[in-house]
Amino acid sequence: MAEMAEPDLELSPHVSDEVRQTTCYMCACRCGINVHLRDDPDGTKKVRYIEGNRDHPVNRGVLCAKGSAGIMQHYSPARLRKPLKRVGPRGSGEFQEIDWEEALSIATEWLDPIRRDNPSKLAFFTGRDQSQSLTSWWAQQFGTPNYAAHGGFCSVNMAAAGIYTMGGAFWEFGTPDWERTKLFMIFGVAEDHDSNPIKIGIGQLKGRGGKIIAVNPVRTGYNAVADEWVGITPGTDGLFVMALIHELLRTGHVDLDYLCRWTNAGWLIDQTQGPNNGLALRDAQDRPLIWDRVTGQAQPFDKPGLKPALKGRFDTPAGTGVPVFELLAQRYLGEEFNPDAVAGTCGVDASSIRRIAAQLADVAFNQAIEIAQPWTDFRGERHERFIGRPVSFHAMRGISAHSNGFQTCRAIHVLQILLGAVECPGGFRFKPPYPKRAKFHPLPHSRSMPDSPLNGPHLGFPFSPDDLALDENGQPIRIDKAFSWDAPMSTHGMMHMVISNAHAGDPYPIDVLFMYMANMAWNSSMNTASVIGMLTDTDETGEYKIPKIIYSDSYSSEMVAYADLVLPDATYLERHDCISLLDRPVCEPDAAADAIRWPVVEPATQGAGRDVRGFQSVLIELGARLQLPTFVDEAGEPLYRDYADYIVNHQRRPGIGPLMGFRGDGTQVGRGDPNPDQLQRYIENGGFFVAHVPDEARFMKPFNAAYQDWAVQMGFYNEPQPFVFQLYVEPLRRFQLAAEGHGERQPPEHLRDGIAQAFDPLPVWWKPFEQAAVDEEAYPLHAITQRPAAMYHSWGTQNAWLRQIHGMNPLYVHGSVMEAHGLKDGDWAWVTSHHGQIKVPVARMDALNPHTVWTWNAIGKREGAWALDPKAPEAQQGFLLNHLIHELLPPKGDGLRWSNSDPITGQAAWYDLRVKIEKAESGAEVSEPRLGRQKSPVEQGPDRVTYGEGWE
Amino acid sequence: MTSLPASTPRKLGLVIDLDICVGCHACAVNCKEWNTGGYGAPLADEDAYGADPSGTWLNRIHTYEVQPAQGPAQLVHFPKSCLHCEDAPCVTVCPTGASYKRAEDGIVLVNEDHCMGCGLCAWACPYGARELDPVAGVMKKCTLCADRIYNRNLPEEDRIPACVRACPAGARHFGDLGDPASEVSNLVAERGGYDLMPEQGTKPVNKYLPPRARDAHETGPADLAELAEAETTGFLGWLDKALERIG
Repeated sequence: MAEMAEPDLELSPHVSDEVRQTTCYMCACRCGINVHLRDDPDGTKKVRYIEGNRDHPVNRGVLCAKGSAGIMQHYSPARLRKPLKRVGPRGSGEFQEIDWEEALSIATEWLDPIRRDNPSKLAFFTGRDQSQSLTSWWAQQFGTPNYAAHGGFCSVNMAAAGIYTMGGAFWEFGTPDWERTKLFMIFGVAEDHDSNPIKIGIGQLKGRGGKIIAVNPVRTGYNAVADEWVGITPGTDGLFVMALIHELLRTGHVDLDYLCRWTNAGWLIDQTQGPNNGLALRDAQDRPLIWDRVTGQAQPFDKPGLKPALKGRFDTPAGTGVPVFELLAQRYLGEEFNPDAVAGTCGVDASSIRRIAAQLADVAFNQAIEIAQPWTDFRGERHERFIGRPVSFHAMRGISAHSNGFQTCRAIHVLQILLGAVECPGGFRFKPPYPKRAKFHPLPHSRSMPDSPLNGPHLGFPFSPDDLALDENGQPIRIDKAFSWDAPMSTHGMMHMVISNAHAGDPYPIDVLFMYMANMAWNSSMNTASVIGMLTDTDETGEYKIPKIIYSDSYSSEMVAYADLVLPDATYLERHDCISLLDRPVCEPDAAADAIRWPVVEPATQGAGRDVRGFQSVLIELGARLQLPTFVDEAGEPLYRDYADYIVNHQRRPGIGPLMGFRGDGTQVGRGDPNPDQLQRYIENGGFFVAHVPDEARFMKPFNAAYQDWAVQMGFYNEPQPFVFQLYVEPLRRFQLAAEGHGERQPPEHLRDGIAQAFDPLPVWWKPFEQAAVDEEAYPLHAITQRPAAMYHSWGTQNAWLRQIHGMNPLYVHGSVMEAHGLKDGDWAWVTSHHGQIKVPVARMDALNPHTVWTWNAIGKREGAWALDPKAPEAQQGFLLNHLIHELLPPKGDGLRWSNSDPITGQAAWYDLRVKIEKAESGAEVSEPRLGRQKSPVEQGPDRVTYGEGWE
Repeated sequence: MTSLPASTPRKLGLVIDLDICVGCHACAVNCKEWNTGGYGAPLADEDAYGADPSGTWLNRIHTYEVQPAQGPAQLVHFPKSCLHCEDAPCVTVCPTGASYKRAEDGIVLVNEDHCMGCGLCAWACPYGARELDPVAGVMKKCTLCADRIYNRNLPEEDRIPACVRACPAGARHFGDLGDPASEVSNLVAERGGYDLMPEQGTKPVNKYLPPRARDAHETGPADLAELAEAETTGFLGWLDKALERIG
């Protein structure tokens, strides 16, 4: 026996020379991080370790796999080093490195004439951008109507349905009350968005013995730890929810007091035929009316002491009306929503639907909670307590990315509201500055004039056809045709239509396509190969149909090869950013919060030849070179040195800037003059700022007078904006009325019936369009994707650590389908849609809806991109489902091509895809299609990584 | 052969809750991030951007599909790292004394200065919890973050293993399993924590908490009829009564 003394172990080794606190950007979650830095002997700061910031409201100290792999992202060999000018044909990847002066001069030369002549010739779209408050402002000052971010192909259905219904949606707008909720129900949720908060919450909830019900065709991640899994058929969630509503109504399990007080359940809906049919009856001051059971009179809904009738037909001076609630009850009590009637379509037993409805009711009403905190509502009525319905919901892209997604999201919100489970203790709670009612959001603006700013913000919430972005001939003003009859409520724009419309010159040709952080030549486009064709297509004179493309990215993504000018962005550890209340903040239900990123290391020190700039600073400099209003002073001199300077000094309204904390003399919160020390104060405070909601204001925010006053004090708005939840959404009805022939602005004939059907003011369900358009027997399977928890979009697979976890993506297929097709793990199969065919490796998975196949999203890479070996599994075995998805539906024989999107919002219907599968008997074990190799503007990464070498 | 301490006053280890592990890999990546710059040689990655990337990890997450006798198939996520066994075969098999179990707290470590990379310990470990680093040629394994848990350069609350600090779901617990009154021991007692492969006789210190029953519907109402009021006949009848009641 080797008897040896234990070695002398150093138990307190040196960790780091300095810890700098900033905000993660490994996904969109925006967690606080502590970046441990060590000084190399030459003084270079090197990242030793990244951990979660314990004080941060989002992640409270924890950190996910992506965040923990930040070192490999920051030092990625795929990082771009210098601005690039294309010297070979588009797509060849032939570039010349240029300096910033040349790059900015080129951009200015391209953009300046457009602005003077016709700003619409610029299309400026950003991807996973967290600075939309700046980018949209810039586009507005430039004057182009063609601006949006990526919401149109991400989750606009979720956002729009939530805002129109209750002034906010899931994720950034609100959250389950994790401390108090007892039953948590999730629909179509993968592990990507709101990643750490949901994981923290699930741990907390289960630790207390709470229950999770997961509705998802795929049982991974959160769905795997749920107590009950509902392996629903994709695209049928709306019907399932309406069956739950049917059951709750049938047996009287709805919160009537809540509905009477805090919703439009009592609003009288005009039953008279004519242009106001289906709209709320209103008094002379334009206030919606209810029928008061006490006085037997119609009264404005916001008067104190009312007892609204919820059924009946009432004659009022404004017309004859029926309460919203009766219309709602009549709809969902219909036999078509009986659980027995929907079970087959949804792939869920009727007994399970009934049991889940009973559990929701049991927890909401029999396990209600109370918080003894007096408060006063907007009508001036005093309440002694907050009543809690401890049932909470969350939904994400599995709901959103269907052509019936908007109405499905609406149905989920209506279910929440019927249970009285929104903004109460234990329910779903908004995060300030939400909720903000739809009316308080901007309308869309699109009036563009030479040498002038746009007439207002691009994106907004239309209330009627009058708000659409149409010209005098009724044609779309925007290049993506957002806010046209194709997608009237496309409140996030339609980035996925930009390239195809620009290529077709429909509605008009553009001159410059300017994009940021959006991999449109790969995983962010439907129909990838065709989009690549459009980017490289030329006209009869040999000019590119999309003449000039400017692209900014930190990394050598697939899209870089298709740009004419590449502006290299900094990594997330090298940049300034603000996670602003003007944009998508990081608040919690009990606190408003915002945060910054700042250069914890300087780009020039973080790699040889590295000369990159944060995109936002570049945009600000371009704004000054173009002499855009609010970017230069009267003398034409730049107003802001860079983004950091803008963050501190820009004022959107007097006293309101990008950051709420440390304003004025440093003690002012929300409102106050710019404070030159603001960023330093944020840095000293851990990179964020939190302002707590007063106790009386914490719940029932839209109706709570104390909350409304606090919101005004904070500067969210200038006067209180109370409102009630909209079970019945009138703006939808106004579009329906147009389709019925009322009003000046009329939809084109081919869209009339579709609009009449889709724009129902109460949630409806229709079969997903692609499914309805194809032969279901020929394409018997649903095909969907999701992102893994450990990887986010295409950024992840270049990451030396994360790609060891998800380096390739099989198609997961249910055992019954595997057997029927003679497939076994590791086999290859052809997967075919109405539009295309791909060859993929398959793997068996039984914890899956049997009529569904799925894969991880955006693992597949193009050969030559991302500094990977062209033989990398991502490029050889990895694949995208995108090749199977067309932005248009298959022809119906009516001579028209119909958009593969939600008819209300234009949300790309990624998850409507239908496919068939067959075994690939022979051939090389590589995925198809092969789109060929891109020449990389950066060298392939090193063979070996031994990060941390040399440190003890 | 190297000897094990007869017993250790403390048995530091992990308790891993399989009921709430969502399989997100946060623990594994944070472990790699901490340890590649920490104890011993870096955790190397070979062919890092190539066709067959493979690196050294001290903790890996496995996912298993389970088909119960009744009900739909389930997925179980199973993080696995060194279990710091009381009767650690990896220690007794080591020919150089590099593998050892600390007498003070029971942590099993490799003294890299004495490790010749023969791989016997990895062969002896029934859990596959050791990986030979391809570059340094030494055996790597979970150190229970011995360079964190006593580290005076870290704030006291951070003197826990990196995986425990990172885990978003709170599925990982660290403590003294030799102390029956410790929080981790209580968790094990309450939740039926178990040893991995007890038949191997290694007496692992780490414990796993089993997933609670899924898709079990024996509690809670089966349908709303159980909750509905007896006199209710139809929705509109109920509505009138209910409105009267709330005044």
